[in-house]
Amino acid sequence: MSQPLTRVYTFYRNGFRDMTVGRSLWKIILIKLFVMFAVLKLFFFPNYLKTNFQTDEQRADHVLEQLSRPAVHNH
Amino acid sequence: MVDVDLSLVNWSRAQFALTAMYHWIFVPLTLGLSFLCAMFESIYVRTGDEKWKAITRFWMTLFGINFAIGVATGIILEFQFGTNWSNYSWMVGDIFGAPLAIEGIFAFFLEATFFAVMFFGWNRVSKGFHLFSTWMVAVGSNLSALWILVANAWMQNPVGMAFNPETARFEMENFWAVLFSPVAMSKFTHTTSSGFLLGSLFVVTVSCWYLLKGRHVEMAKKSIVVASVFGLLASAYVGFTGDEAAFEVAQKQPMKLAAFEGLYKGEQGAGLVAAGIINGAKKPGDSQGPFLFEVKVPGLLSLLANRAPGSFVPGIDDLVYGNSEQKVMGVAAKMKLGQLAVADLAAFKQARQEKNDGAASEALARFSANKEFLGYGYLDTPEEAVPPVSTAFYSFHIMVILGSLFPVIFLALLFFTLKGKISETRWLLPLGLLSFFLGLVAQQMGWVVAEVGRQPWAIQGLMPVKMATTNLAVGHVQATFFMFLGLFTLLLIAEIKIMLKQISIGPEGL
Repeated sequence: MSQPLTRVYTFYRNGFRDMTVGRSLWKIILIKLFVMFAVLKLFFFPNYLKTNFQTDEQRADHVLEQLSRPAVHNH
Repeated sequence: MVDVDLSLVNWSRAQFALTAMYHWIFVPLTLGLSFLCAMFESIYVRTGDEKWKAITRFWMTLFGINFAIGVATGIILEFQFGTNWSNYSWMVGDIFGAPLAIEGIFAFFLEATFFAVMFFGWNRVSKGFHLFSTWMVAVGSNLSALWILVANAWMQNPVGMAFNPETARFEMENFWAVLFSPVAMSKFTHTTSSGFLLGSLFVVTVSCWYLLKGRHVEMAKKSIVVASVFGLLASAYVGFTGDEAAFEVAQKQPMKLAAFEGLYKGEQGAGLVAAGIINGAKKPGDSQGPFLFEVKVPGLLSLLANRAPGSFVPGIDDLVYGNSEQKVMGVAAKMKLGQLAVADLAAFKQARQEKNDGAASEALARFSANKEFLGYGYLDTPEEAVPPVSTAFYSFHIMVILGSLFPVIFLALLFFTLKGKISETRWLLPLGLLSFFLGLVAQQMGWVVAEVGRQPWAIQGLMPVKMATTNLAVGHVQATFFMFLGLFTLLLIAEIKIMLKQISIGPEGL
């Protein structure tokens, strides 16, 4: 590893090692990201158009279909 | 006909609002505290006084806690776009894609470099480079807010784009028109400066707590001076940009202005309601008075809306039913043109399916003539174009009243601190302690005005919210609403707990 890269690596390594409050915060960040991407996004928030239609043309057709008919309320 | 389940629309709306409101607890504090940290550190570097270093590190730790808890909470809004608002998401993908991608890339590089130096770099890099990194975090955090605010401003004032019926998308025609639209600029400056205000209130609140407890008194006083000066400057800027924002609302979203002022009948030389109680039974077009009680400043609304005290400001009735004398086109007339646009869009789709190029081209030409009224074609009644007046009115007035109170608090704190009497001014300290929470209320009210006030539109005049939703099972949206409620409440509890622990420890070496 060249000298500047080693210095950058050491800077980050020591920074992470010396963290105090930061340790708890990183745990929270990682848990949060896991819940968001591995649970919520995966199981509860699929991209509706990407999941239900194969091509952009089909997606455009679907949206155009929705837009080209006036809405009625279903109370 | 498209069946639109209103309970689905409302639950989707509630879910988005919940997420955005929680997200907006963390963001403005980040925007404001980042600049305050940079200011504290600048004083340290200039004076070389280690006490200022301790003060800087203390506020930087609280900034870091808030940042860490809040980071990425906005991504959930993007999840919701794809799932709950798929029609809308598809249509605006071309407009929002670029700004949001820039935000993501910008934030990543900013955090990976300058954040690391800011938190890991004490005693490892030079004082000058550390200070530069702290300022870069402040500037970068605020600039990263620019892109999402540009996207929001575009929804309130769709410029620099054209709707392409072939792809059912709005396509970018002029990036600079989107970025530098007056609505985007006033929204960005007003929103970020309100963050500066909230950051200052946070410092004031924590410092007042220390003074009440008689702990870290010197740090608290020094912090109050810096935060009060910054808060006063921010208050003036919030007022100035708020006036600009209201002017833009008057020009581009007159219904929103009429709603948050409770103005039903348009007036020449319209007065600004300083305070009032809305008549909840009042409906557009009826003869009831809009207020049970009101205090008005004559001519001020006309001045604010048109920069001319005697000018005409249209009211809700003028905007819904039209006012030919004042050349105000009513919603009913716009609905007819909008219905033609919807019908021509359908004819275009049909002709395209039949591969009848001539008919498609004719339908497209007819559609183009009325396309600016497209959204009105989906409304059932003209009155549907009126946002919830009470919510818009009260949220606007609470925001303005609180916004007027903050400079008074900053001025009083600054005066008594510089006089050396702040610790004895016991009546002021509880007010200072409360001020951050009032600031949070003002922040939330600001977004309620902006978003409830523009209902029923997802994209002003072009797409009502009900047409933006995905046809999901309402139970799915309800379930995820409560999941978010749980997740965000947990995050908020974590933030409060860690923050309180750190405040209780206080700055090292002071």
